Amino acid sequence: MNESIRYAWYGIVTIFVVLLGAASYIQVIGADDLRTHEANTRELYKQFGGPRGPILVEGEPIAESVPSDSTSFDYQRVYHDPAMYSGITGFYSLNYGQTGLEQRLNEWLSGTSDDLFVERIRQQLTGEENPGASVELTIEQAAQQAAFDALPEGMQASAIISEPDTGRILAMASRPSYDTNKLAVHSTTEASANMDELVESGVSPYNNQPTYERPYPGSTFKLIDAIAMLESGEYTPGGSVNIPNELPLPQAPDNPITNFRGGICDQRGSAEFTWVFAQSCNTPFSQAAMDMGQDQILDVAERFGFNDDSLNIPLSVNTSHFPTEDIADATLAQSVLGQVDVQATALQMNMVAAGIANDGTVMTPQMVDSVRGPELNLLEETQPEVYSEAISEETADQMTTMMQEVVQSGTAMPARSSIPIAAKTGTADIGTTGKVNSWITGFAPADDPQVAVTLVYQNTDYSVGSQLTATNLKTIVEAVVEQ
Amino acid sequence: MAQTDQSLKKPLRIAELVLLLVSVVIGSGAYMLSGLGMDQTIDANYWVQFGVMLALAVIFHIVLRLRAPFADQYILPLALTLNGLGLAMIHRLDLVPPGDASANNQLLWTALSIIIAMAIVWAIRDYRNMRRFTYVWLLASALLLILPFLPFIGMEIYGARIWVNLGIGSFQPGEVAKLTLAIFFASYLSANRDLILLAGKKVGPLTFPRMQDLGPLVVAWLVAMGVLIFQRDLGSAVLFFGLFMAVIYLATSRLSWIILGFGAAAVGAVIAASLFPHVQARIDGWLNAFDMDMIYAEHGSHQIVQGLFGLASGGFFGSGLGEGRPDMVFAANSDMIIASFGEELGLIGLAAILLTFFLLITRIMRIGLSARDAFGKLLAGGLGCAMAIQIFVVVGGVLRVIPLTGLTTPFMAAGGSSLLANWMIMGLVLLISHTANRPVQSGPMVNASGFGAGVGDPGQPVGAGERE
Repeated sequence: MNESIRYAWYGIVTIFVVLLGAASYIQVIGADDLRTHEANTRELYKQFGGPRGPILVEGEPIAESVPSDSTSFDYQRVYHDPAMYSGITGFYSLNYGQTGLEQRLNEWLSGTSDDLFVERIRQQLTGEENPGASVELTIEQAAQQAAFDALPEGMQASAIISEPDTGRILAMASRPSYDTNKLAVHSTTEASANMDELVESGVSPYNNQPTYERPYPGSTFKLIDAIAMLESGEYTPGGSVNIPNELPLPQAPDNPITNFRGGICDQRGSAEFTWVFAQSCNTPFSQAAMDMGQDQILDVAERFGFNDDSLNIPLSVNTSHFPTEDIADATLAQSVLGQVDVQATALQMNMVAAGIANDGTVMTPQMVDSVRGPELNLLEETQPEVYSEAISEETADQMTTMMQEVVQSGTAMPARSSIPIAAKTGTADIGTTGKVNSWITGFAPADDPQVAVTLVYQNTDYSVGSQLTATNLKTIVEAVVEQ
Repeated sequence: MAQTDQSLKKPLRIAELVLLLVSVVIGSGAYMLSGLGMDQTIDANYWVQFGVMLALAVIFHIVLRLRAPFADQYILPLALTLNGLGLAMIHRLDLVPPGDASANNQLLWTALSIIIAMAIVWAIRDYRNMRRFTYVWLLASALLLILPFLPFIGMEIYGARIWVNLGIGSFQPGEVAKLTLAIFFASYLSANRDLILLAGKKVGPLTFPRMQDLGPLVVAWLVAMGVLIFQRDLGSAVLFFGLFMAVIYLATSRLSWIILGFGAAAVGAVIAASLFPHVQARIDGWLNAFDMDMIYAEHGSHQIVQGLFGLASGGFFGSGLGEGRPDMVFAANSDMIIASFGEELGLIGLAAILLTFFLLITRIMRIGLSARDAFGKLLAGGLGCAMAIQIFVVVGGVLRVIPLTGLTTPFMAAGGSSLLANWMIMGLVLLISHTANRPVQSGPMVNASGFGAGVGDPGQPVGAGERE
């Protein structure tokens, strides 16, 4: 019987070898597949309750993780001034995942980036927690405040301030805003109740409006038209341009282009190009577009970033659109007025103004200044990057002068200030609702630009929106430009 | 071993005492670390737990010194280590909000079980007396298995009718039936193995025993299987079948019968899978565990997959006690406690636990080797194999080597019946080892010198090389 007991013991040895092999496979060899399985919420819980690097504005955290009393989660994510920064930071929620920079910078903030590999090994050995890297933004507190203040509560609106010669974004704010803390609570039931409440109140916490919303740009798109016209050689700022009161369209004879609500343009048969631009007369631009052809306009638009889906600042940026497929002349005539087939993010129109301000060179917009490890060691520092040499310095100068005239005598007169401001307004009809998108994009000081500012108020009355744009541009410029 | 006068001196069991202290420190240390990991302060309760475990260890040690001084010295420390670690993990899971007090209950059962094991050692004295009541054990097993079906006391939990309500709590009599069945098998086979082996009919290369010799075994097995199928307790069915095959093999050394038995079991499994939807669901959940639909299906693979995620998150070193999220797995302190350990103690800790089980089972098998009578050999060997099979079924289920079935991890899983049964097994095994290791004095049945000296069963000539 002893022989059979021995053989049985060999069987038992086999059992334990199999079990140890299986455990080794699950826990070490094949563990990564399990950790990254889509049904595995465990890493999510671990990260959610773990320490996480802060997001900083001028050294002060706008998002940070603080120790928590909860037994399940050691840390709680806390957002400061959430209404002002919600679009930028996004939220970090157990049920709804991450959005905004929380999502785009997750590898840095959570400390899982490959660049932190050595750091992680050290922590593994010493048993320390992985506090994640801290991210300093290019945002400046005063600029962000000024931008946010320009957006009245209850409106849907976006504001961007950037530095033309570096592409650094100094402010990016939007309304409606919300309290990101409400989605970062530990309790999933509480978070989902808060989310329901937010969605019911009309807030979309998933999108950062200045980079996501693509309202019709309206007459701000005439910046692109004007550049194409100057580049064609057929037009000069001082040259005379015809201003028909009505421009019949070949494919739509019943629906001619007219100038905006009659107004000053209809009182003159022709005028200097600069005057036409400053008063934002419609018919000359539509006529010029039909004369030059679609490709001219498309070319200029794409040099400034239209149709580019690769922008990553590192927030993802919705692609601004100018038609690449051939469109009828009638459609082109309407599109170059920033309607019909043209859509632009606030960021896109800010890049146009910044490019003109920077002698024709568009810089890549950036929001991250630097990333530092737990020991404040510099891990990454963002350098200014040229996005495109969009236009010549000469054209940029001509455009600057024309844009100054918009403020001095044109549609943006409420923005007149002791600081020379260059700008272009825009009003886009939203279908036949009677509501409009009111835009302004420009820069200051015109002779030595420090900031490019873009404001857009969506789905508002013309009388309200047109008042807000120019006056708020002036307020912002006076608040942030150093003299 | 069959030494003369000097070995009449009783061993002091110093190795056991030292190892017992180590095992209490490991168990209660882990218990305190669990508390610290869950942000508790070490208050009087922790020292009470330590005190209770220490007292149980020391008293058992004294009982053994008095009543079974030649018993194996490693059994008790190994079992107590596992028991202590189990308590620590149960306590750690108690501390997850909203909180629970399973660990106190488990400590109570630990004390009760160890006291009963001591009583077995104290009262039975010579385990060989048990083989006189062969059919009493069969009857007891049948009764235990039928208990959950009786009105008023029978209970069904999670679809398995294997509990009885004792008023103070629920109890799984099937756990104890494992022990009584093992005693029956060992007792019957030690008496009838020659008949089974020799009086067979030869069919081709195989020799089959006569039906009347194998009859009682088959009846016992069918009763166990039938009851278990109606109780819908797949894990126990596998365990009982495994125990049955193991004891037959130990008694006869006929591997061919075992192969035939497993062939029959495979056919049975296919039939069971097609007849019983809950068996089918288990197998589906095993094969397609990572299918998203399967994970979220009502009787899907959520539990096993969560366990695997936990194991993976633990990795090599583990998260540390109280630092992981084992509570995300259903039944984390009972059926899935191995996954909880794997997560918080890592592969290192899990391997240490498995090796502790392996050492314990190896000691039990060794006791089977050294036992001097067929009954003792079959009982110890059978109980050792049963524990190994149980580990394979439950740990293999958690590690997705085989489909997951509900079985307890011996000594660790929360639940009094399992603890009681396993400590009773330890009591018996200690008795067998005491008898085996006791110096032989003289007696009419014993060949005290020369070839085969010290072998208590004259029907069992043992080669010199095989002697302990």
